[in-house]
Amino acid sequence: MSTTAQSTAPTGRRGRTLGPVLLDVRGLSVDYLTTHGPVRACADVSLTLRRGEILGVAGESGSGKSTLVTALTRLQRPPAVTAAGSVEYRPVEGEPVDLVTLSERRLRRLRWRDLAIVMQSAMDCLNPVMRLGAQFVDVIREHDRSMSTRAAKARTAELLRMVGIPAERAASYPHELSGGMRQRSLIALALACDPALVVMDEPTTAVDVVMQRQILAQLVALQQTLHFAIVFVTHDLSLLLELADRIAVMYAGRIVEIGSAYDIYRSPRHPYTEGLRTAFPPLRAPVRRMTGIPGAPPDLADLPPGCAFAPRCRYATDDCTTAVPALRPVGAQHVACVRTEEADDAR
Amino acid sequence: MPGDQPVLEAVDVGKEFPVHDRFGGSRAVRAVEHANLALYPGRITALVGESGSGKTTLARLLALFHPPTSGEIRLDGLPVTAATPRGEYHSAVQLVFQDPFAALNSLHRARYMLRRALQLHGRGGSRAEVERASLDLLRRVNLTPPERILDSFPHQLSGGQRQRLVIARALAVQPRVLLADEPISMLDVSIRLDVLNLLATLRDEQGLAMLYITHDIASARYLADTVHVMYAGQTVEGGPRDSVILQPKHPYTRLLLDSSPDPARSMADGADDPFAGVAEAGEPPNLADPPPGCRFHPRCPFAMDECRREFPARTTFADGGWAHCWLHRKGRTGELLADVAVS
Repeated sequence: MSTTAQSTAPTGRRGRTLGPVLLDVRGLSVDYLTTHGPVRACADVSLTLRRGEILGVAGESGSGKSTLVTALTRLQRPPAVTAAGSVEYRPVEGEPVDLVTLSERRLRRLRWRDLAIVMQSAMDCLNPVMRLGAQFVDVIREHDRSMSTRAAKARTAELLRMVGIPAERAASYPHELSGGMRQRSLIALALACDPALVVMDEPTTAVDVVMQRQILAQLVALQQTLHFAIVFVTHDLSLLLELADRIAVMYAGRIVEIGSAYDIYRSPRHPYTEGLRTAFPPLRAPVRRMTGIPGAPPDLADLPPGCAFAPRCRYATDDCTTAVPALRPVGAQHVACVRTEEADDAR
Repeated sequence: MPGDQPVLEAVDVGKEFPVHDRFGGSRAVRAVEHANLALYPGRITALVGESGSGKTTLARLLALFHPPTSGEIRLDGLPVTAATPRGEYHSAVQLVFQDPFAALNSLHRARYMLRRALQLHGRGGSRAEVERASLDLLRRVNLTPPERILDSFPHQLSGGQRQRLVIARALAVQPRVLLADEPISMLDVSIRLDVLNLLATLRDEQGLAMLYITHDIASARYLADTVHVMYAGQTVEGGPRDSVILQPKHPYTRLLLDSSPDPARSMADGADDPFAGVAEAGEPPNLADPPPGCRFHPRCPFAMDECRREFPARTTFADGGWAHCWLHRKGRTGELLADVAVS
């Protein structure tokens, strides 16, 4: 059993105050069932998310970050199955519920109104043969039958304006919108029923950097007025450092470090985080020769014994191959590394 | 061993693609306009821009995938024409694609791919010679152990290894110019730097001239000696990398830099919220119907009447940089450079 990573003080980036715990994930494991047996893509993940918080999840391909997103939102499809753990969702009113065991019917009631999702490819998420407005009205009325079509249309216009899209674009088909507009409209759609939690999987990876900055600025502004919490998954750690309150770094299906963006930036404790931190060349600081992390991420079906990062780790010793290190508090963050103190001394 | 004479040049190159609309009419998409670019031995030139900026089209023009609509491509100072033998040209100029998964035939082993490249460009010889040359190529791109890699199929290699194999194959013909189109964007972040370092080594040790195309301005600064910035088919700024990136002289370059993640700046004590005060900056134009004059003017906070009428001539600066912007021609340089951080 791993240690649950709690944020010590409920303040986020730039001193923002955070609300009570909204999501409490414990020991979550997801397997992909293959003909050669189950492959664990997400192993023993524990984390908490507070109201109004942005939790960044950073990782490379195969790190389990997208699997985590689908498991949190229970959107995984066979052959992926949640093998263990719980995802406790604590609504403002009513009892906490476990999203892993909740019935389809009750889960459906939570979707859009409590938890919403924004995926990477807007073209795959929007219906290509329905006008944008009609898709909004569908979602809004599905979850609030009392609302008239007319009111739903007015709400659609309001939502589109919120993300900087002229209201008349509701009459457009998805292919008539630019990539940036499509991605913005997905965010607007996710916010249609005023959810408490928005899970985003690489929401701006498909758009250019100028558009990315504009979309994220808008998202941050909306989040500050509407106070929803965000789980933001991306491979781009430098973006998360700017955006997130806290960051969880995943490697080979496990969280190897979790802490505030500030601490992850100033003093990364896990050798992998440290490697990732220096894998991005600086934009303005003096250029010097840098090195990436040697080797490549492991095959999840054939993980090395002990710490999966050990074969690429410059601090690795024999201890690293005996057992999988658990997340434990080190400094201000939680780190899954057996020799953090020695690693710090060596630096 | 940087040289003074460019190996490969694009001189005032333009490219139009015809597009057909739904009424049977035809229009031209002007994907590249008045582009100038020179690649020198032992130097890496980066071409930075967003999707649709024309950077890949320019690379394809340099690789002779398309003939330019206007202007010319010069190899060793001589214009490339329809009569130029393609085999000879591609012995000098090789292209590395973005996607190392699509660029390798999944049915063949690395040995076959390298042997074909060697033989097609007349570097065949006996079986032992080909084997030795292949192993040597793999060593040059740090693919180890080379003996085992030679027997591998693409699916047995990681993304980074595949891209190294693509580079090794390009090197098989002993090119003098390497055109690398987003060579790291499909790779995992932890291995990107090593591929960049490999490209830097090829420049330094073998004097390759290289074009590095990217949307990631930080990686361009890390790798390149010279940086060119493209917007909507026009090259708007260029110069030594730190001239362009630390003192941008075109409003678009500045927008690009301000939009790029920069934790070092935003995590500094007392720094502003990096997402506060980000203004709506519009989107790049449709190239079938681009705005007249400077194509950036509809998004430019400094736009004036001249910008809407005519594309500005090049202004060169003391630090070796140059830009196509009316601000400099109207004595308004100070407005752009006043609040730029100089390291």
